[in-house]
Amino acid sequence: MRYVIVGAGPAGVVAAETLRGRDAGGEIALIGDEPGEPYARMAIPYVLTGKIGESGARLRKTKDHYRALGIRTVPGRAARLDRGKKELALADGTKLTFDSLLIATGAHAIKPPVPGLDLPGVHHCWTMADARAIAKRASKGAEVVLVGAGFIGCIILESLVERGVKLSVVESESRMLPKMMDEAGGEMIARWCAAKGVKVLTATRLKGVAQGKGERLAVTLDPGGTVPADLVVIATGVKANTDFLAGSNLKLEDGVRVDDRLCADGNSIYAAGDCAQGPDFSGGFMVHAIQPTAAEHGRIAAVNMTGGDARYKGSLIMNVLDTAGLISASFGHWERGEEARALDAKAFRYVKLAFDGDRLAGALTIGLTDHVGAIRGLIQTRAALGGWKAKLMRDPTRVAEAFVASSCAPRAQARGTS
Amino acid sequence: MMMSLHIDPAKCTGCLQCELACSYDNEGVFNPSKSRIKVFNFHDEGRFVPYTCTQCAEAWCLQACPVDAISVDLKTGAKVVSDSLCVGCKVCTIACPFGTVNYNASTGKVLKCDLCGGDPECAKACPTQAITYVDANWTGLERMRTWAAKTDSGPRATH
Repeated sequence: MRYVIVGAGPAGVVAAETLRGRDAGGEIALIGDEPGEPYARMAIPYVLTGKIGESGARLRKTKDHYRALGIRTVPGRAARLDRGKKELALADGTKLTFDSLLIATGAHAIKPPVPGLDLPGVHHCWTMADARAIAKRASKGAEVVLVGAGFIGCIILESLVERGVKLSVVESESRMLPKMMDEAGGEMIARWCAAKGVKVLTATRLKGVAQGKGERLAVTLDPGGTVPADLVVIATGVKANTDFLAGSNLKLEDGVRVDDRLCADGNSIYAAGDCAQGPDFSGGFMVHAIQPTAAEHGRIAAVNMTGGDARYKGSLIMNVLDTAGLISASFGHWERGEEARALDAKAFRYVKLAFDGDRLAGALTIGLTDHVGAIRGLIQTRAALGGWKAKLMRDPTRVAEAFVASSCAPRAQARGTS
Repeated sequence: MMMSLHIDPAKCTGCLQCELACSYDNEGVFNPSKSRIKVFNFHDEGRFVPYTCTQCAEAWCLQACPVDAISVDLKTGAKVVSDSLCVGCKVCTIACPFGTVNYNASTGKVLKCDLCGGDPECAKACPTQAITYVDANWTGLERMRTWAAKTDSGPRATH
């Protein structure tokens, strides 16, 4: 079998390893369009703070990992897919034929349609090359405008604060983290950031960037007028890398639409990770651009590419964030259904649970770091809360207890009565 | 012989010796908040439940780690965090559906049970044998695995 994986992020790498584990003799080509060994974008903020070196961001740490597994790494960028010939053409003209293809091309950062974003000193924070460019300008005391206070913007925020820059964050929506947090949560995080010296400008639009004096930039905001900056970081969203599939007749929506086997054509073409619109745990098909989903997608796609029949029960959207020391997390559908809230504004603590009947469907947390994964456990097992529903309505901070009680109760009771 | 922690909540008196032993041995402080085992106290039922990582076969934490900082200790089967590789991104803390990986803000790394390399301090400290370290076949591991399977978002790739 000839397997081609296009994209060397977490989904592609996990898939390649899984393929090798299930097919000792197959040919595996792993195509990546960035120089160096496959790395985790998620680790870039920690490269920026100096907590790790660039090698610390590598997905796999053992020397010659890919060669030892017989995975051929191919530098290049996918340009066109010929489904009839089962052939993938790369931008440099190389053609690779396959029996089974995995599309794991991830996403790219997008820019708002305003002038001046090609000027030197305006960068995304998406690739290692972006991180190097940012590091050059984000020195202590530098004035930095970060555009976008979504999840990715907020991850970068942490690094920029640690580097000691004078930071302004611009968000067009009325609160920070408009998708990951509700109003109370977004407000709490904004208040925390402001206390750490970050200028938080919500309901503010970037109108454009122009060359200022010397190497400096002039950033025009609405409202707010024009402010000087040494660096502008654009974190206004990402889009799936599917352009090379134009004309392939694969179903493209927010990403490559796949079934519960992660298959895109019912036959030999699969998609995984940030470019794949796969089953959502809560129903429907969504792009969930998060690390756990990428790893699960990669593993399940590879099982199916090697003749298995693994069905994905769907990804649960969840995120965890550290904004200058304040830790927040979100799980599932926290925005609808019956809810319970506990908010301590002074202590910067917040827990909100959302229920579907007597099951937990979603949650938001701020300032909670112990046993937070139990929330995933409760949602994903669709555990009936029984008497714990009323307890959680009264005190939602007891969510980990509810999980332990529901997972350990039968045994303890059985023992108690024997 | 593969060993594992066997927890019998019915024998737990809530003395918290396990939490103290764990935090002291692993973090050098007697501080339950830094313990990798936690005794849940269900006041209204008069019941205590010691709770820690089951070293589950799915290894959600290991699978979710973006930088390969969690690996399997071949001697004990424990999923072990490498402090030198962990970047503190916390993805494992939300990915573990048991909630048994916690973030330690004072080190910027995550904490989870590593079975103390095969000689768990919590089991040694427990005066009532609510926590014992025994042949894995004798524990409630299968039951916990059933629980884990319910949360499985897809069949695990078998190598």
